[in-house]
Amino acid sequence: MIGRLVALTILTLIVLTQSLSAAEPVSGSLAESAIQWPTWSQWRRVLTFQDYNTRIVVFGVATLGAAAGLVGNFTLLRKRALMGDALSHATLPGIALAFVMATAMGMDGKSLVVLLLGATVSGLLGMAAILWIRSQTRLHEDAALGIVLSVFFGAGVALLGVSQQMSTGNAAGLESYIYGKTASMGAVDAKLIFAAATIVIVLGCLMFKEFKLLCFDDGFAGSRGFPVMLLDILLMSMVVLITIVGLQAVGLVLMIALLVIPAAAARFWTEEMSWMSVYATVIGLIGSVCGATLSAVFPRLPSGAMIVLVCSFFFFLSMLFGRSRGVVFRWLRRRRLNRRIDRQHLMRAMFELGESRQSRAKNVSGRKHPSVSIGQLLKRRSWSKRRLATAIEAAAEEKLLRQHGDSIRLTSAGMTEAARLTRQHRMWEMYLIAYAEIAPAQVDRDADDIEHVLEPEIIDQLEVLLEQERLRIPVPEDPHAGEHNESQTGATSNVSTDTEMSR
Amino acid sequence: MSPISTDAIFANLVFAWGWLDNWIVVVGCLSALAAALLGNFLVLRRMSMLGDAVTHAVLPGIAIAFLITQSRSSLPMFIGAVIVGVLTAVFTEWIRGIGKVDEGASMGVVFTSLFAFGLVLLVQTADKVDLDPNCVLYGAIELTPLDYFVIGDKQIPRAALVLGIVTVINALFVTVFFKELKISSFDPALATTMGISAKGMHYALMVLVSVTAVASFESVGSILVVAMFIVPPAAAYMLTDRLGWMICLSGLIAIASASLGHVAAIVVPTWFGYGSTTTSGMMAVVAGLLFVVAACLGPRHGVIIKAIRRQQLAWTILCDDVVGFLYRCEERANGCAHMSTLSSELFASRFSLGFALRGLLRQGQIRLLTDGYALTEAGRDRARQLVRSHRLWEQYLVTETTAQTDKIHARAHQFEHFTERPMRDELDRVTEAPELDPHGTPIPREET
Repeated sequence: MIGRLVALTILTLIVLTQSLSAAEPVSGSLAESAIQWPTWSQWRRVLTFQDYNTRIVVFGVATLGAAAGLVGNFTLLRKRALMGDALSHATLPGIALAFVMATAMGMDGKSLVVLLLGATVSGLLGMAAILWIRSQTRLHEDAALGIVLSVFFGAGVALLGVSQQMSTGNAAGLESYIYGKTASMGAVDAKLIFAAATIVIVLGCLMFKEFKLLCFDDGFAGSRGFPVMLLDILLMSMVVLITIVGLQAVGLVLMIALLVIPAAAARFWTEEMSWMSVYATVIGLIGSVCGATLSAVFPRLPSGAMIVLVCSFFFFLSMLFGRSRGVVFRWLRRRRLNRRIDRQHLMRAMFELGESRQSRAKNVSGRKHPSVSIGQLLKRRSWSKRRLATAIEAAAEEKLLRQHGDSIRLTSAGMTEAARLTRQHRMWEMYLIAYAEIAPAQVDRDADDIEHVLEPEIIDQLEVLLEQERLRIPVPEDPHAGEHNESQTGATSNVSTDTEMSR
Repeated sequence: MSPISTDAIFANLVFAWGWLDNWIVVVGCLSALAAALLGNFLVLRRMSMLGDAVTHAVLPGIAIAFLITQSRSSLPMFIGAVIVGVLTAVFTEWIRGIGKVDEGASMGVVFTSLFAFGLVLLVQTADKVDLDPNCVLYGAIELTPLDYFVIGDKQIPRAALVLGIVTVINALFVTVFFKELKISSFDPALATTMGISAKGMHYALMVLVSVTAVASFESVGSILVVAMFIVPPAAAYMLTDRLGWMICLSGLIAIASASLGHVAAIVVPTWFGYGSTTTSGMMAVVAGLLFVVAACLGPRHGVIIKAIRRQQLAWTILCDDVVGFLYRCEERANGCAHMSTLSSELFASRFSLGFALRGLLRQGQIRLLTDGYALTEAGRDRARQLVRSHRLWEQYLVTETTAQTDKIHARAHQFEHFTERPMRDELDRVTEAPELDPHGTPIPREET
């Protein structure tokens, strides 16, 4: 218990220090340009959304974060987490070309509608190119994404080079699509984001079942008559849509981060896809709001970068403490299993030691179970003294055995449990010899792997099967069947009645 | 828009081309070659996006190096960037292993976080010096010849020297460790059993990828190096199945796209009445076009050859179906069928059916009578073998796999097209030479 607590405390400390360095990356390395801590009134101003600008920005990034989290959830499970990366790069030539063409035709090249149209067209083209490469060549997903990303972006850079020579119109600022300008987000941008986010979230909810099938088993989805290609295109279109509105508001790298990080973080918390979607949406939303708020409170912290950092902070928290796949919980679960296995090994080793002594002495009955020494146990298996001691301690805590100095003795309950475990082990060995045709010298190792996870029902089935083969099962009679309460003898007595019925 | 003619292009080129352009092409080729050599292994190991991730992620390395040294000298920045580049690979691997996160996702998490971190650092320094992320990420290849060393009596651009060294190192690495790289890329488990450290090769590759990426994007811009890591190797992968050839081809494609890219950057915009444009962007575009050409024309895996093969197979099967249908007509004492009957019975479009019928007529397997098409002797042979295969398969499926009688037709229909004589004899033996198939129709005898 104490060991567990200490380990947890140390882990918490590590996480805290990590989180501090992640959240305030600048404080250590930048002593001379330290961040001024804002006053209370500044905090209040931001937190109560008194500034119109803060209100707009927080509202915009919150909806964007939620929608991107939901879409990212699907793309992550479809193993295309970097799709957003490729598609957002793929929009650049469209933006540049739209600007060049609109300006050449004498229109305002920087009007939002024109640029968004260009971005959409080239994003969709990029999507088509990815699908083409994947379906027509033997290249894998990653290469398809990489090719589309770099070639489209190269085309965009080349077109930007042209656009800078335009005599009319000013191309400066087109680059802001790459870095974003979150802090100067306008009401129009926020409305646009809201509209796109609504479409994406509604679509995501309506088509949830279809997307779920697509993510986990597209082959099955196809065989059930779902239009897989169409669903894929719809999903990618949702990515394009949310990317385009996000790009011009928050920039390319932030957009990628919002599509990847919340979903990756949510994966640690649950195995249920519906819950994962909810978590991803919420993490995206909270991360965006926190990041935007921090950047509004502290001067000189770019909001896009802050949102990414807050999200990745959430990611690390999730990776460590996620309820379902987090590192800590997985470690605890594995340790619990290891301890249980050790205890079961101990019980079986004690049973077998007692058994051999009994047969030597031809001493059939005995209310007192023979005691064994730690030295004997150590020789049975290759386990360390400490591990054995831990196992003994755990077993003693459950009143399965008693320890007096060096000698250990099973209690009555312990004897029943040990007999049950030995029986399981030997049943499985017999099964392997009879059905899997494994050499008797090797079955001990194989049985060792599986005996700890055998369910009572499987033992019953084994019994029936082995009975059919007319194999005698060398499991000793439980000498104390009558003495124990139901819960401990339950499995064994079930087996025996079943055997009788099968006869 | 000016008229496009070959003369005009050449005139334009000769007019515009100078010693600068020679060096630009040399620098571009070196950078492309260095990246493409390593890129083969990135593509084969399914880590194509690593180049993109590294070039984004190095930002904090540059910023920290600048903060420590307080100067814009390039060596500390280079070292800082390489360290962070390698860290990107290490973190990605770490998150993938410990957190059991998908490779792409862990890469996405790492590089966006590092980029954001770098951006925050850069903003902190913004009022002291201008360290423009634009300039860091989109180094201008056009300006590389202006930054030169004088060696002997020659002026050699710094970028050419640096990239030349990197190219030589990469080429040496790939040739010296060719076997190790090959085995550890295709089968890491086998590599480990052979005593090759797959992990060691992985990290050596990561270090060189970071060095190449940083050395290149500092002078020629990130977009070029990201493209050259992936596109030439991918194009070469379309053309060959041998790793040695793939590496050589990817090098050639890289050089070709770099040189043609610069020509295109000068020439193409003039068609629309503009001056020359960004070279590195055009190099990436040309590489993309070369990829499309390779993907279409590849000798074994090309899109066109595959389409032709598929079409040929479809026509062979259709011809099989036609003679099989006519044979079954003959069994029912009516040996002829019209085009329209064939079309509706075989679910074939009139176009492809017409094509198949013309082919069969030419081969002399069918002839056209007044009341439709009928089999010739040669055609009847082919049809007999086909129908025999079909019915033997049906019999086999019923007797050996206990398939339902109503389900066997479709399956036998698939098998009949690639069942040769030895296979038929084997089927005949296994099913004990039946006279009738499960539907009760006689199975034709084999020609002796």
